[in-house]
Amino acid sequence: MTSLERAARPAAWAEPPAVLRFVLDAWTVAEAELQKLAHDPTELLTRAVQPVLWLLVFGEVLARARAIPTGHLDYIDFLAPGVLAQSALFSAIFFGIAVIWERDLGVLHKYLVSPASRLSLVTGKALAGGLRALVQAAVVYVVAALIGVHLQLGIPQILGVAVVLVLGAAGFATFSLVIACLVRTRERFMGIGQVLTMPLFFASSAVYPVALMPTWLQVLARVNPLTYQVDALRSLMVSGGTATFPVPLDAGVLVLALVVLLLIAGRLYPRLAM
Amino acid sequence: MPQAIQTNELTRRFGTVTAVHALSLEVRPGEVFGLLGPNGAGKTTTIKMLITLLPPTSGSATVAGYDVATQQRLVRRAIGYVPQLLSSDGTLTARENLAVSARLYHIPGEVRRDRIDDSLAFMGLADVGDNLVRTFSGGMIRRLEIAQAMLHRPEVLFLDEPTVGLDPVARRAVWEHVRRLRDAEGTTILLTTHYMDEAEELCQRVGIMHLGRLVALGTPASLAAEVGPGATLDDVFTHYTGSDLNEGGTYRDVARTRRTARRLG
Repeated sequence: MTSLERAARPAAWAEPPAVLRFVLDAWTVAEAELQKLAHDPTELLTRAVQPVLWLLVFGEVLARARAIPTGHLDYIDFLAPGVLAQSALFSAIFFGIAVIWERDLGVLHKYLVSPASRLSLVTGKALAGGLRALVQAAVVYVVAALIGVHLQLGIPQILGVAVVLVLGAAGFATFSLVIACLVRTRERFMGIGQVLTMPLFFASSAVYPVALMPTWLQVLARVNPLTYQVDALRSLMVSGGTATFPVPLDAGVLVLALVVLLLIAGRLYPRLAM
Repeated sequence: MPQAIQTNELTRRFGTVTAVHALSLEVRPGEVFGLLGPNGAGKTTTIKMLITLLPPTSGSATVAGYDVATQQRLVRRAIGYVPQLLSSDGTLTARENLAVSARLYHIPGEVRRDRIDDSLAFMGLADVGDNLVRTFSGGMIRRLEIAQAMLHRPEVLFLDEPTVGLDPVARRAVWEHVRRLRDAEGTTILLTTHYMDEAEELCQRVGIMHLGRLVALGTPASLAAEVGPGATLDDVFTHYTGSDLNEGGTYRDVARTRRTARRLG
């Protein structure tokens, strides 16, 4: 039988329908990322050091100074959700460097010549970036409990925290992917990553209430998805936590940001291999 | 009868540089075809257009009967690709690497495991399937990459510089596997190389590219005969490209080749 006769045959196996294909492909990509983490969790564990320092050093000192008015909430209770969001952000924002690395190696090309849609590939990457945040969350919860943060430990609250955290981290990981597609080299990416992280962090309600900010910064905080992520975490993670917006609104903003970023990333991703 | 690969005035420009100029080429089903040329001749750019990673500036091409510009998904289902760089993930095991490919091509779960075991055995990697790929030698990685690219039984396999950076023993092993693959599966193979011995060993026909143009096309023997009595493919190459084989590309090419060589070595 010649090669062409084989080509004329119907495929040896039926393809799943498009929507299912999308989900399967995205999960395949995400699972591969998680397998890598399982083989070598060092990076993830070192990333958990930073939030611990924020809570133990920054948090403890400012809580004693009573410099930041947080209403009836202890400052350390106010800060814990912010630190959780921050640790997820700092880890997710450098996610793009791994993608540039994959391009330099050639692994990226392997994915791009597969029949998987570009959108499913970036969705899988984003999902993996989001799920990584859960490991950090576990570390933050343990440390927060040890220093007396009033955590809400009900199952619905914990699940809520997990969903909000994964949504936010997936969004920032995708944002990072978009940047990576635009700058294309590791050196430029490192510079830009540093430049972006601090404004995102400080123009949010992570370490102080938005009400304390000057008006121009409040405007920035309002369009910063991190603000909404921290807001939702504050109502879900600590008892007596007060939120500016209802959790569904926060979650809606995060979903919208994620979808928009995924669509952009799906368009830009193939450019990395050109 | 449709060809496995057919290009028609295929052209790619980057700014003012024309990397591939009006390439018209046919590769027959079941053939092993070699695209030769010095660094920067346009070989990799040609492959990238054929495997849908790079849109052509003008002209057209079909692979396995599908148009590379308008039927990208169908092309991708029909091809396998082993890039010049590393495509297997060093931080996953061989089996995990293969599983990712098997799943992205939707090979059903019930045959997936057998297919992966078979391909590990075929490539002589059965004993190391559960080891991380970063512990592999360069030759083992190349064999794994070829196994990964062949898992879904593609019509056309693209190998970009398949033995760059490998020692002579590993090169022979890769050649042996490519030949067995062609015989067992009848796969059409397009490979690029700048090793003339590799082309002579593996390819039924070769095309020589120089500065983005196809300057010679034929069997290694017929091309040698055209250049002169007793000529080798090396002489053919020098005759058509006017370049010393070892002259060796731009700074970027050199950096990339050496990097690849180091990782594979």
